[in-house]
Amino acid sequence: MGIILTGGKNNRLKELSLERSIAAIPVGGKYRAIDFTLSNMVNSGITNIGVITQYNFRSLMDHLGSGKEWDLDRKNEGLFIFPPYLSEFGTGWYKGTADAMYNNLTFLQRSDEEFVIIGQGYAVYNMDFEPMLEQHIQTGADITIACRNMSDIPCEEQKLLGMIQVNDEGRIIDFMEKPLNPRSIMGSMGIYITRRAFLIDLLQESAAKGLTEFVHDIIVRQINNLKIYAYVFNGYWRPLSNIKLYYRTNMELLNPKVRQELLMGRRKIYTKVKDEPPAKYNEEAYVRNSIVADGCIIEGTVENSVLFRGVRVMKGAVIKDSLVMQGTEVGRNVNLRYCILDKGVTISDGKTLIGDPEWPLIVGKNVRV
Amino acid sequence: MTRKEIVALLLAGGQGSRLGVLTQNLAKPAVLYGGKYRIIDFTLSNCVNSGIDTIGVLTQYQPLKLNSHIGIGKPWDLDRMNGGVTILAPYMKTEKGEWYSGTADAVYQNIHYVDEMSAKYVIILSGDHIYKMDYSKMLDYHKQQKADATISVIDVPLSEASRYGIMNTDEEGRICEFEEKPEKPKSTLASMGIYIFTWDILKEYLINDHEKSSTHHDFGKDIIPAMLADNRRMFAYKFCGYWRDVGTIQAYYESNMNLIELVPEFNLFDPNWKIYSPNPIYPAHYIGDSGHVEKSIVAEGCMIYGTVRRSVIFPGVTVNAGTVIEDSIVMSDSLIGTNTEIYRTIIGETSVIGNNVKCGVGEFAENTYNPKIYDSGINVIGSNTVIPNNTVLGKNVVIDNYITPHDFDTNYIPSGGYLIKGA
Repeated sequence: MGIILTGGKNNRLKELSLERSIAAIPVGGKYRAIDFTLSNMVNSGITNIGVITQYNFRSLMDHLGSGKEWDLDRKNEGLFIFPPYLSEFGTGWYKGTADAMYNNLTFLQRSDEEFVIIGQGYAVYNMDFEPMLEQHIQTGADITIACRNMSDIPCEEQKLLGMIQVNDEGRIIDFMEKPLNPRSIMGSMGIYITRRAFLIDLLQESAAKGLTEFVHDIIVRQINNLKIYAYVFNGYWRPLSNIKLYYRTNMELLNPKVRQELLMGRRKIYTKVKDEPPAKYNEEAYVRNSIVADGCIIEGTVENSVLFRGVRVMKGAVIKDSLVMQGTEVGRNVNLRYCILDKGVTISDGKTLIGDPEWPLIVGKNVRV
Repeated sequence: MTRKEIVALLLAGGQGSRLGVLTQNLAKPAVLYGGKYRIIDFTLSNCVNSGIDTIGVLTQYQPLKLNSHIGIGKPWDLDRMNGGVTILAPYMKTEKGEWYSGTADAVYQNIHYVDEMSAKYVIILSGDHIYKMDYSKMLDYHKQQKADATISVIDVPLSEASRYGIMNTDEEGRICEFEEKPEKPKSTLASMGIYIFTWDILKEYLINDHEKSSTHHDFGKDIIPAMLADNRRMFAYKFCGYWRDVGTIQAYYESNMNLIELVPEFNLFDPNWKIYSPNPIYPAHYIGDSGHVEKSIVAEGCMIYGTVRRSVIFPGVTVNAGTVIEDSIVMSDSLIGTNTEIYRTIIGETSVIGNNVKCGVGEFAENTYNPKIYDSGINVIGSNTVIPNNTVLGKNVVIDNYITPHDFDTNYIPSGGYLIKGA
């Protein structure tokens, strides 16, 4: 069975996460961040998945629906969504990841799978969890954490991750949460496998002690008591934890290698469908090195950009190095560079918006410029 | 079961033989269209958008693609507890099994389907046409006229009227005469093959028609004339808008090409009348550094590294660098090699065109395989076919489905040539 944590409050994504949880942030022309972990689980044969939500989960709920697109609309098992709730025993607002899972202990108790995989809703990657489970069983670990060499992520952003050190056997001997000076280049991907019964015990014990964070209060504290092993993943993985990473990840999808590994392989990434017609290019269209989703109508110039569904690019408009989300209209002779336009934005004729490659300019949802 | 006011019967058993290799392995309603759809999607979406949720699809010819396309009707929200979409294939009866011998016979054999829904009206549709139409308005008209039958008609140019079934009406729109492909048409109102009947009355005629052995068991040839002879209340319902029978290679090609116009007459982008179809699981498409696309439609999952002009590209197509595609239709998951030139060609699903291929070059010549079908100068390459590197194909050439490089004994097929298995 799988549990997907969709994260706490994150202000590093600025306007983009004002009205949505990070897991619901649009990626790569048609996806939402959570599609990756969810599809990875489904493609690894997991059919019983709980999604734990807390902040701004409306758009996430809307996206997931009954789980139809992931084949999770099942009579037995399927997709479960767990927003916070109040009850005689429940504490209401989730105080942390462990607390969130503890509050939904019933889901864990009622399931009958032997193992649980916990993933995050904010990362872009395509991974088969089955070898990780095999390794978990083989090593007899209490917890296995998926890790990777983070040297392809800038130092500054490594500080947002959990960095680990392993011994020769692959056992984790040090876990530094958001370290100021990372001592290693191996970082945690926030993906954990453990026995379901073991997790229930851990969560009950922590709750009794008033501990609420899975990483901080359980893993870091018990690093020496528990057998925690690292599983090394060598593929592409990007957390969308701040604007720079979010922007760069989308731009990296223009790289055929990355796109091939993530989206074009046998393990497909599923998402909610919109029934848009195929994109239409008119005579003046000039498009280079860009991703274009269904429902777009293009009459202008688009270079090194990602256009989401239903974007209109009028005559004479020039869009470079930008992300343009669903249903946005870019007027005549508009000039955009290094911009992120959220859903439903309208840029009126003749406007010029230029951001910085390091700090792209963000235009919030439904704004008219 | 809740009573349904109207049930749709969609006749999807036709071969569409004039589409040549495109319909060799699948029924005409299952032919791909418009960069994403199959022809039947338009009629199914019209039903759903008109509030009709009970649809029987009558299949006969090569139904595999059609059956798997429709499935349980999920893309159209037709996966219902009550009603929904039902595939009605010919079946065995106690005494004997029979194929559908005509359109009326197909409906006759499924009388129990409509009866079970306790429908008051039935709308007969075909899955062969490209159009958007609100059937609920036609039903309102049928009820308002207290009609026994209402036939949807479209105004066609007088010069073409002799290709259609023509309705001659009085001032009120009541049909007084029906002529199938008349030499001297008296009016320009052509039947679109869309009929609404009051079910009890139609049922009576179907049973009568079944008992006669001399008829074609066809709506146009037998049922409509019989009802007219009995002076039944039959009305013509005028439809204005885009409607195309894409029954020939030329018509199919042109209708696809209509979609790439700046403001197409037929708009797929209407949010109030969406056309539904199963969505392929592909990422958004990618235009490479060397890619260029103008005046074209490109679907999801494509990777374009070459130049595409005035073409319709279906999902999952790869066009490699140095290649030029002009005025063509490339169906799903095909791969076009490098430095290849393709002009005025229809390429079927999952085909591979090699490198340095030239396709659609030279002067027009009459097709030597079947000039009646392949008469428009358009090249047609079937599905799952591989065209080897360095091949040159002239104009008006036809290549069969499932051709492998071993089937080629030459790398040059002149205009009007063909490569058909067993021919």
